[in-house]
Amino acid sequence: MQFTSSSIGRKILMAITGQAMVLFAVVHLLGNSSIFGWLTGGINAYAEHLHSLPLPIIIGFRLALLALVCVHIWFGIQLTLENRDARTQEYAVKSTQKTTFASENMIWTGSLIALFLVYHLLHFTFQIVSPETAALSNLVPLHNEMVPNVLGMVVTGFKNVFVSLIYVGAMVALFLHLSHGIQSFFQTMGWSNDRSQPLIIRLGTLVALGLFLGYVTIPLTIFAGILKG
Amino acid sequence: MSDHKTMTLTLIVWRQKSATDPGKFETYTAKNITSHHSFLEMLDCVNEDLINDDKEPIVFDHDCREGICGMCSQVINGKPHGGQERTTVCQLHMRKFKDGDTIYIEPWRARAFPIVKDLIVDRAALDTIIQAGGYTSCHTGGVPDGNAVMIPKPIAEEATDAAECIGCGACVAGCPNGAAMLFTGAKVSQLALLPQGRPEAAARVLKMTAAASDCGFGNCTNHYECGAVCPKGVDVKFIARMNREFLKAQFA
Repeated sequence: MQFTSSSIGRKILMAITGQAMVLFAVVHLLGNSSIFGWLTGGINAYAEHLHSLPLPIIIGFRLALLALVCVHIWFGIQLTLENRDARTQEYAVKSTQKTTFASENMIWTGSLIALFLVYHLLHFTFQIVSPETAALSNLVPLHNEMVPNVLGMVVTGFKNVFVSLIYVGAMVALFLHLSHGIQSFFQTMGWSNDRSQPLIIRLGTLVALGLFLGYVTIPLTIFAGILKG
Repeated sequence: MSDHKTMTLTLIVWRQKSATDPGKFETYTAKNITSHHSFLEMLDCVNEDLINDDKEPIVFDHDCREGICGMCSQVINGKPHGGQERTTVCQLHMRKFKDGDTIYIEPWRARAFPIVKDLIVDRAALDTIIQAGGYTSCHTGGVPDGNAVMIPKPIAEEATDAAECIGCGACVAGCPNGAAMLFTGAKVSQLALLPQGRPEAAARVLKMTAAASDCGFGNCTNHYECGAVCPKGVDVKFIARMNREFLKAQFA
């Protein structure tokens, strides 16, 4: 049986693509945290640094990310449908002992994250959600250069309660998804046993919580008026 | 002592005449049950009453009634084998229930386990997985002297832990995905850990996991429900070991 049609092979692909996206989420958060000013020039300088990378690197990186997302979603849907099919009838009394809300709803939290990603890209990458605040059309000076005003775009965006709510809600979905997903990666790769697993589960949830808190801090501090543009 | 006290219980039992019958729940009253009755003895009493009333008795699987054969297979109040840790239905006793309790009794539910009648399911799919590779076919010669095949004690113990699986199918029944990965993982690990099983380890894991999919079992998504309901306490670490063997087999 082919790796990509076998049960464990597809599970391993889900795990690796998922974990690669977790790594991206960590790096993305570290980059975004420049909004709090630890980098000279803040997030505008960080964005300018990314955009000044050679074009093939930017395009290659974006295509690689897109491939990760596609593989993860494709096999995620495929496996979920097969699993529904394998359990034809539910029990009259539902009484699970280890199954969690997060582990049972991976397909839904995943779908919410996918929808959010589309919105997030339209909002901050393609900047067509609110063109009047688009960073690309509002340049500000930085180190004797005119650069896109990412800070202004983000701050105006998160001042809107609905926008902030969408971001915080999506991060709740991300937390749930990763609280199951991160520890799941180690089990799927065969890197856990009865002694390490309880620790891996706790660490996975901790990383998911760290990402959640890190990400929601940005819209919350802006909405509360602590972080100003 | 409360030995002479008896309990009356309401049973809501899945009744299904055949594989094609849609099936439905029927309600029965279990009378004169003592705390010393095992769960199956309680059902025996109910069946005696049903037979006396000229009704079809509830059909259920059982054999050894001492927790080692893996025949009994009932989901009691949503928990395979009733939810008492490391206990098969036959070893579950009525002292775990109170007078007046309502108990739901259902068969294992999974596509790969078609219902034969009432609470009996056809678990031949587990045999199909074993037939796909759950054996060793290397020539081992005559019976070696005790301790002639050197196996470190921790390894031997781990292999025995995996070999505790009695093939009852509770892991499949408990799994929200109807997957048989704990069963397959236990069998793959038990053989892969021992020198006699190593030569065929790579081919075995590929064949057995493919057979599980072909039988209609689902895919593992790491809910770990299987390990929690296993009456023999087979740990989900054996699924991790199977995944490891599967990855190794890609390069074998």
